[in-house]
Amino acid sequence: MLLPEPIQDLINAFSRLPGIGPKTASRLTFYLLRAQDELSLDLAEALKNIKSGTSYCQTCYNITTSGRVECEICASPERDKSLVCVVEEPLHVLALERTGSYPGVYHVLHGALSPIEGIGPEDLRIRELVERVRSGSVKELILATNPSMEGDYTAAYLHQQLLPYGVRLTRLARGLPVGGDMEYADQSTLLRALFGRQEMS
Amino acid sequence: MVTQDGTAQPDALHRQRSFRVEAVVLRHSDWGEADRLLVLYTLEMGKLRALAKGARKPRSRKAGHLEPYTRVSLQLARGRDIPIVSQAETLDPYLRLREELLLSTYASYVVELLDRFTYEEGENRSIYRLLADTLSRLCTQSSPELAVRYYEIRLLDLLGFRPQLFQCSSCGAEIQPQDQFFSAALGGVLCPQCGRDTAGALPVSMPALKYLRHFQRSSFSEAARVTLSAGINREMEALMQHYLTYLLERGLNTPAFLRRVRRIDQDEPPIAN
Repeated sequence: MLLPEPIQDLINAFSRLPGIGPKTASRLTFYLLRAQDELSLDLAEALKNIKSGTSYCQTCYNITTSGRVECEICASPERDKSLVCVVEEPLHVLALERTGSYPGVYHVLHGALSPIEGIGPEDLRIRELVERVRSGSVKELILATNPSMEGDYTAAYLHQQLLPYGVRLTRLARGLPVGGDMEYADQSTLLRALFGRQEMS
Repeated sequence: MVTQDGTAQPDALHRQRSFRVEAVVLRHSDWGEADRLLVLYTLEMGKLRALAKGARKPRSRKAGHLEPYTRVSLQLARGRDIPIVSQAETLDPYLRLREELLLSTYASYVVELLDRFTYEEGENRSIYRLLADTLSRLCTQSSPELAVRYYEIRLLDLLGFRPQLFQCSSCGAEIQPQDQFFSAALGGVLCPQCGRDTAGALPVSMPALKYLRHFQRSSFSEAARVTLSAGINREMEALMQHYLTYLLERGLNTPAFLRRVRRIDQDEPPIAN
């Protein structure tokens, strides 16, 4: 089928997004074509700003508004700068912030190590983290990488790298999820839940 | 055909709606909103891809059983194009591989080798057993290096790339007990005369060759009686890496990690590649 070039261009652009196939891409394109002008203009504006309007916080490497040196969390005087939580993705900062009770600051690695996929330390913000620890103001690092093989691997690697600096290294606890069922728990989770059991008070 | 205990036979994939496999999880990648795409090596069907729905949600009943380097028993349902995991139960979690950086890296190497050499094309029970045995040896043996060197040699055997270690690969003369050469292109050792004239042939010392031959001919329990010195291990590793890279026509990802992790662990100088 022959389509005018602008339409085909947009379909191609959409289909490069994760989870969007050629059919969805054409559906979205034709929806935008028929919808009110401002919908596509707003979208275009938002797309334009997503890169130009954002930058990395120079302390924790979370995403922040461009022009700022530090993100709101790092700049806040209320936050304990000696407690740093290391996470894989900016979205994980949001998840932790939703708990509303974490007093410290963050460090975003932007991924996890994966020997098989060839994602090495130089692909992540690991050098920056080591630098941050070396500078001496950090007392405790909470390694909050995903409880998956890659996340564990990253935590083990960071542990090895940061041990010489004498900083306290902790890993998020692992155990049974709220609303879960013992019947379905796997051995490694159950074992960790058992070893990490807590006194009832 | 499905046997009484529900074990799937190779053609079960095309007949049964639901079938059971025993597998080692090789890799996983994110798929869609909360799913994971798994690459498995199964006992019954060789390499197989499967989709684990909802495995990225914290309350998933399957996720904990489907981490890489876990040996699992799986119930799979035929999906539209790839099978979907309906039940999962861990047979062996190989816990130490998750806790120790060096072992974890070795396990990645073992899995990467298998993944790169195999296609989704039918069962190979010997390869499956070798994989499961090697992962469990990494957890239990005192020398992960020995387990990995043995794995390399056996894997090459099972894949049909058994290196010729007893005769010169060029002139056919029997190999004498002295330092020799190894040619990846010819797939074996060369006597000193042929080795000097062959481009790209690597020197190989007599002790390293002795261990390679021993591993090629022996069971693991026999092979495990030897003690590999660090120097010999490094020579064998470099030689195998050279041969494997030649066969794969592309470098592997994990050796760089191994070098890095070991360097911090033992303060070894980096090994030239």
